[in-house]
Amino acid sequence: MDVFLSIFNNILEEGLIYGIMAMGVYISYSVLDFPDLSVDGTFPLGMCITAALITAGFNPFLSCIIAFICGAVAGCVTGLLHVKLDITNLLSGIITMMAMWSVNLVVTRGSAVLPYYNQPTIFTSGPIGILPEGLYTYRVVIIAALAVIVLKILLDMYLKTKSGLLLRAAGDNQQFVISISRDPGKMKIIGLAIGNGYTALAGSILSQQAESANINSGTGMVVMGLASVIIGLSIFGKVKIMKATTMVVLGAVVYKACLAIAMLLGLPTNFMKLLMAVIFTIALVSSNFMKKGRNKRHAETPEF
Amino acid sequence: MLKLLNSNRHSNNSIVEMQHIYKTFNKGSVNEVVLFTDFNLNISQGEFVSVVGSNGSGKTTMLNILCGTTEIDSGKIFLKGQDIGKMKEYQRAASIGRVFQNPAIGTCPSLTILENMSLADNKGSTFGLTPGINKRRIDFFRSQLELLKLGLEDKIDLLVGSLSGGQRQALALLISTMTPIELLILDEHTAALDPRSSETVMELTERIVREKKLTTLMVTHNLRYAVQYGDRLIMMHKGNSVIDVAGEDKNNYAVSDLLKIFNEISVECGN
Repeated sequence: MDVFLSIFNNILEEGLIYGIMAMGVYISYSVLDFPDLSVDGTFPLGMCITAALITAGFNPFLSCIIAFICGAVAGCVTGLLHVKLDITNLLSGIITMMAMWSVNLVVTRGSAVLPYYNQPTIFTSGPIGILPEGLYTYRVVIIAALAVIVLKILLDMYLKTKSGLLLRAAGDNQQFVISISRDPGKMKIIGLAIGNGYTALAGSILSQQAESANINSGTGMVVMGLASVIIGLSIFGKVKIMKATTMVVLGAVVYKACLAIAMLLGLPTNFMKLLMAVIFTIALVSSNFMKKGRNKRHAETPEF
Repeated sequence: MLKLLNSNRHSNNSIVEMQHIYKTFNKGSVNEVVLFTDFNLNISQGEFVSVVGSNGSGKTTMLNILCGTTEIDSGKIFLKGQDIGKMKEYQRAASIGRVFQNPAIGTCPSLTILENMSLADNKGSTFGLTPGINKRRIDFFRSQLELLKLGLEDKIDLLVGSLSGGQRQALALLISTMTPIELLILDEHTAALDPRSSETVMELTERIVREKKLTTLMVTHNLRYAVQYGDRLIMMHKGNSVIDVAGEDKNNYAVSDLLKIFNEISVECGN
């Protein structure tokens, strides 16, 4: 039983932390309709910056904020490449992703792995002291859940502001944004900044859980983020009272659970990425299938 | 000399002035199409202009040039005396309202009616971190929707994507005229609708334009609308206006006259 509990705990820990990234990918992919590949570079960016800052004695919470800002700046680069230089969305992301590899190496001073064991992290310092002794094993889940809730509420609040509404409009119908005399390109850049900020923040938190940074950790993050978003929106899409941001976080947890179950059933680690690709394909195909069903219902709109 | 004097003229009652517009598509290639050669157009304050013409006559290109979607090779464009030739499309939109042929373009399908109207209502102000929906404006939005007589005032939380084409076009028209504009552009805005919806939208257009005294430029394929509505009628052909009549002269044109001229022109170019 303890084994299952610990696996369950593990799924929740990682699922929630990756859920923060899923919210970021939700902004770029679902809201803005921009498949942003720079996520593969900004996730390890958040990790590396946090590792470098905490090693240098920075406060872990401050490190989180700095990681968010650096991710947002990287997102702006992707946005500027796309909007100002007219590079297609996929290629803009690839350019940033590639550039981030060198940036990350500079941040870690050339090492691929930067451990910082026994340094203060958000899981070992600050408000964690008020947690009762018995819950200490679950501290990562509790802190991650708190972070997810705060970030989710912030994002939901933003999407309800004038700027947030305009962001949704920019992803939905650029001409509409132009017709109310706003620059849709600017909104794209803002959206990419938020998306990559959340991604880098997820990287920062994951690195503090592992107490190390790994510049290779970014590989497959786009696929994981997109899969979480698509799984979340297709499984929970019918729940009316649930916000999309909640759905994508749950999507990340479900995704992590799928991987964990496969490992439990004895899938060799080498097949992990293959499994990720398969799950992603299934998610894409099933969401296409569901969309078709939804469109049919749309046809039965009231008569003029 | 006279031409030169003319080009510097800014008559006070002209809202739109297009002067010496030149536009060639695919310049230097085998597909080169010279559309506008020294094209000029003046529209006075409060005028409702209907524009007809065959495909490729330059109607829609003229609108795109005005709105900034299409760049010109040379020439000047003034809106209320201000040179807007170098301004971007979204900057010009501050004083131009536009309704497109495709009802999907004028509104956001995945936002609700209320959200669409709130966004449009904020045109001209900053889009900051204040609440996107101002609850105090809801009554105003409802009263505006009532004018459409489509019963939308009771469905403000409905996604616009679930509305029919006619409903969306009526909403788009309402949205683009809700904030003060200098010029309303209607780009074949009834062409994609069924006959009944297009009648309704056209009547609504007439009402809004007259009530708000909007300067309006309407491109249409419907000769009857061109004759029935508007103060001035322009027929375009190969980048020139072949008919440009207003007032009494316009009233003398019947749909059959227009159709006759239309056919003569079309036969000339082998259509």
